[in-house]
Amino acid sequence: MKTIAPIQVEQVWDLLNEVYDPEVPVLSVIDLGIVRNVEVISTGDENDEIVVTITPTYTGCPAMDVISMNIRLRLLEHGYKNIRIKSVLSPAWTTDWMSEAGKQKLKAYGIAPPNPGQQVCHPDLFAEDESVQCPRCNSFHTTMISRFGSTACKALYKCNDCHEPFDYFKCH
Amino acid sequence: MQSLFKYALHLADNALILGHRNSEWTGHGPILEQDIAISNIALDLIGQARNFYQYAALLEGAEAFRDREPGNEITEDTLAYLRDSHEYRNCLLVEQPNGDWGKTVLRQFFFSAYQFYLYGQLQNSKDETLAAIAAKALKEVTYHLRWSAEWVIRLGDGTDESHSRMQMAMEDLWKFTGELFTPSEFEIQLAKEAIAPDLSLLKPQWNEKVNSILSEATLEGDTDKRSKAWMQTGGKEGRHTEHLGFILAEMQYLQRAYPGSEW
Repeated sequence: MKTIAPIQVEQVWDLLNEVYDPEVPVLSVIDLGIVRNVEVISTGDENDEIVVTITPTYTGCPAMDVISMNIRLRLLEHGYKNIRIKSVLSPAWTTDWMSEAGKQKLKAYGIAPPNPGQQVCHPDLFAEDESVQCPRCNSFHTTMISRFGSTACKALYKCNDCHEPFDYFKCH
Repeated sequence: MQSLFKYALHLADNALILGHRNSEWTGHGPILEQDIAISNIALDLIGQARNFYQYAALLEGAEAFRDREPGNEITEDTLAYLRDSHEYRNCLLVEQPNGDWGKTVLRQFFFSAYQFYLYGQLQNSKDETLAAIAAKALKEVTYHLRWSAEWVIRLGDGTDESHSRMQMAMEDLWKFTGELFTPSEFEIQLAKEAIAPDLSLLKPQWNEKVNSILSEATLEGDTDKRSKAWMQTGGKEGRHTEHLGFILAEMQYLQRAYPGSEW
């Protein structure tokens, strides 16, 4: 028999808020929007099963294995023993699921947060995303250097005003 | 019903082998940004391959590989590391050597254009897992297509040197593009079941895209002659060019030498 224990579910969500992306350590998995569901399956004793459903940002993102391990460790630290991390692909993750708080944190960290919408997902050539704001001087006068950056989720930009190069968390 | 298993392997093998080829550029790219770009594309492709292999490992047909795995559990690794070249079902295009940067980006462009239209249809497949993998990967392939098409134009319509190298790349690679649209038995079977896209419907879309980019890149050549060119096939049935064996020898060495090792 399955029952949902709301208090535990809330506790787990709170704990997940302290699990960070190893590549972008200011963002929690909640900020990133990759946690799709938390479910507690009651077993009648203290070994209730915690099922955390996550979805990858990019298909080949190597951080996913680490994230999944860190979620498990975090929950183990707080006494949860019976943990299952489930990965789902559909619906596909989009940067629109990133929290507003997450976007602010990214900018403060020096990474331009994703523009809203799916602007990049059309195959027009030599077209740039809508203006990306420099996280340092707030200028919109920026140029894309490369569509691929240090991780799958980022593109490389340069500010034409303050001349700083910066990462842009590309909309996806 | 082994068609689905063969098809999942085919999709996985295509992505893995091209991903592996692209990864050979890591640390050797012409400039840092493009080294990073081709490595990112490699990562996306290997991620797609993992998803397809994980699914294939659960399908009817996978049990044939059970005795190769020391632990007897068939996983994505069994299928990637413990099959020989005649058991690989990738298209010949993806196993072709990297050559120079021009040949690599042209190979990527031909294949990304194919994947773009293929996944565009596959995301509506009756098979929910294939549909989910395709929908996810399509967003990444869209980047690959844009990036590679831009490079084909940049080099084709670039200097005399880059133009002539792109022409050589065309001569090397064109004969492997026909196979993308030559359906194997399993693709014909699965198209009837609305699981796999009908390749004959994708071909005109691919042709239109490729012709328009080649024309912009001044590499169009004699389109009539090109459309009648003889095409090499066989990869989907396990008949490969000699290059695949060398890739597998390198890629599978550790698992073959130390069965079951993890790192």
